[in-house]
Amino acid sequence: MTELNIKMTKEIELLRLVTVGSVDDGKSTLIGRLLVDTKGAFEDQLLAVRKKKGQEQHIASASEIDLAMLTDGLSAEREQGITIDVAYRYFATPKRKFIMADCPGHEQYTRNMVTGASTASAAIILIDARNGVMPQTKRHTHILGLLGIPHLIVAVNKMDLVGFDQATFEKIREDMSAYCAKQGIKDLICLPMSALDGDMVAVRGDNMGWYEGETLLETLENLSVLDAVDQKPFRFPVQLVNRPQTADLPDYRGFMGTIVSGTVRVGDEVVAVPSGNTSTVKEIVTFDGNLEEAFAPQSVTLTLNDEIDVSRGDMLTHVGEKAKDSKELRANVCWIGNEPLSERKKYLLKHNTNTVKAMVTQIDFKTDIHTLEHEEDAAELAMNEIGRISFKLLKPLHYDTYAENRATGSFILIDTFTNNTVGAGMIV
Amino acid sequence: MSGKVSEHKLTQLKALEAESIHIIREVVAEFRNPVMLYSVGKDSSVLLHLARKAFYPAPLPFPLLHVDTGFKFKEMYEFRDNYCKEVGADLIVRRNEEAIARGMNPKDHGVARCCGALKTQGLLEALEEGEYDAAFGGARRDEERSRAKERVFSMRDEFGQWDPKNQRPELWNIYNGRIHEGESVRVFPISNWTEMDVWLYIREEKIPIVPLYFAKERLMVERKEMLIPYYEEMKDQLLEGEEPKLVMSRFRTLGCSPCTGAVRSDASNMDEIVIEAAAARRSERETRIIDHGSNSMEDKKKEGYF
Repeated sequence: MTELNIKMTKEIELLRLVTVGSVDDGKSTLIGRLLVDTKGAFEDQLLAVRKKKGQEQHIASASEIDLAMLTDGLSAEREQGITIDVAYRYFATPKRKFIMADCPGHEQYTRNMVTGASTASAAIILIDARNGVMPQTKRHTHILGLLGIPHLIVAVNKMDLVGFDQATFEKIREDMSAYCAKQGIKDLICLPMSALDGDMVAVRGDNMGWYEGETLLETLENLSVLDAVDQKPFRFPVQLVNRPQTADLPDYRGFMGTIVSGTVRVGDEVVAVPSGNTSTVKEIVTFDGNLEEAFAPQSVTLTLNDEIDVSRGDMLTHVGEKAKDSKELRANVCWIGNEPLSERKKYLLKHNTNTVKAMVTQIDFKTDIHTLEHEEDAAELAMNEIGRISFKLLKPLHYDTYAENRATGSFILIDTFTNNTVGAGMIV
Repeated sequence: MSGKVSEHKLTQLKALEAESIHIIREVVAEFRNPVMLYSVGKDSSVLLHLARKAFYPAPLPFPLLHVDTGFKFKEMYEFRDNYCKEVGADLIVRRNEEAIARGMNPKDHGVARCCGALKTQGLLEALEEGEYDAAFGGARRDEERSRAKERVFSMRDEFGQWDPKNQRPELWNIYNGRIHEGESVRVFPISNWTEMDVWLYIREEKIPIVPLYFAKERLMVERKEMLIPYYEEMKDQLLEGEEPKLVMSRFRTLGCSPCTGAVRSDASNMDEIVIEAAAARRSERETRIIDHGSNSMEDKKKEGYF
């Protein structure tokens, strides 16, 4: 690695990924394969999971390793041979660094899959070529669609067990395309592979000459990650008010936060909600010096030219691009609580840095994940179910729809008794 | 619109930095009494640097807590005291005095027991004594397979214990900081950083680190494939056939001196360290004796260790 290479390593892009699928479709094996083939795993970690305890201190080939054991990090997982919770894995190619959330396949752990998928820009949906599209594949795909994951990659795995048969692959591709078309997902890439042998993961292999697309790794390296979040309206949820009150800075008042979308410049006219007061940006303060301009997702401190009332939970926006505000909301909700969601129940709703009391006024419908049909007289939403919920809030919320803005359109629901996170909401 | 998007692209290091600052601020906003664990190592140095950035121009709004086993390298103590003074951090040092008074050490009592008493127990007592409801740590998910499963906000029950099968779902960048009396949260702002990111960032930001990370000729004893630094006080503890000799070496990770090995290396500046890290075939924790064994990290974590 030379000086030039250090610079490149520092400047590569970050892509957040999620892998989902049914039980035993080979997710852990695929991730183990990616880690081995991109040298994302170290020798001592590989030696710890080699199949036969040998004396040699080096691994000659991936076939010596129990790939799944590399990622199932909890003793309970190794004991049961299943993945319980999300594991985060890191690997890099000369083009990109990847953060991969490896999600469990079991239905009872769907909530952990939602956890892993919420921050992802791309998803790999694994399908066992022998089984085709399973109910859990549909459930996961539907959730990925709701979460607005920009790129879905369907990896038809275990092609070695169906004799690398092209017709089997095409059938699955058609089934998935049809299911996705129903809910408006268009950007779908399907590719065949054998994670165990490595075909079509990092290298093409010799077994599927009939497939002309890119390998999985090439696909991941070439996906567009530009979501142009800096081009959206400026949204700055205030985390804290910085008041050092030191001898040097007796009257300093800065608003600390993360720019979740858009761009801000010194001199911009901004409005604080809910107060509605306006001012102009005086400084964009960072430890490394003041900036003329800042953009999402930078974390900065803003000072204003007027003493206006702004505190945690408030939001700064540009004057002409205000967010919606309402005491009533409708949202798609993935229910992840042990106890069901029911009408008239109250929860805490955390939206960016703002927490408000919310009551469920109505369950508009529950979605049947197999048919995508709406069940309109549902009385509750059980764990891992998905529905459209109407809420009434104690105080108005300033928001965008999830389709417009993932950051200001999402919220979590917290059970006031257990303090657990019980729902993932996407405002419609 | 054309050209605008690429102008606004954050490099992955800057994206990680922004995410970490967001997390640190969120904790200060939502918790009553946070503390930042400071172990004097490279990850701690990055964590402290991020915290300073998060609250600039104000001073750090929480103290640093060093759980000292008494077995750290003397270069670490020197560095700790000087650096904390330089950046104006409020440093609290806590030790499990009872265990230290009873002569707890890894040689006579075993590595696991010693670590359990001096680190885990020491930490839990210090957190309880300070009534901290949130403790920042510099653990990273890429370090070890059970750490790969950690949430950013990681719940601990009133006994300070972690239940890996019952973790709170964590969605988007919305962190749930609500806890019951007696419970606490371990917060890992650099969860998504890799060892490489840490080195690149230290290099980029010129963050001071303990000189032990840089290679030079040091007196070492070779024991079971490990390089153990030799100090005068170890004279009587040498095993048969062992003889201290000068070895060009450095540390990839810093723990307690009896249990942390060095590696042979010529990397004596940040560029060389980055180059060496990129070529490494073994993980950094290989030189930590306590990590060896099938579930040792997970078991320690359940007990309350980071």
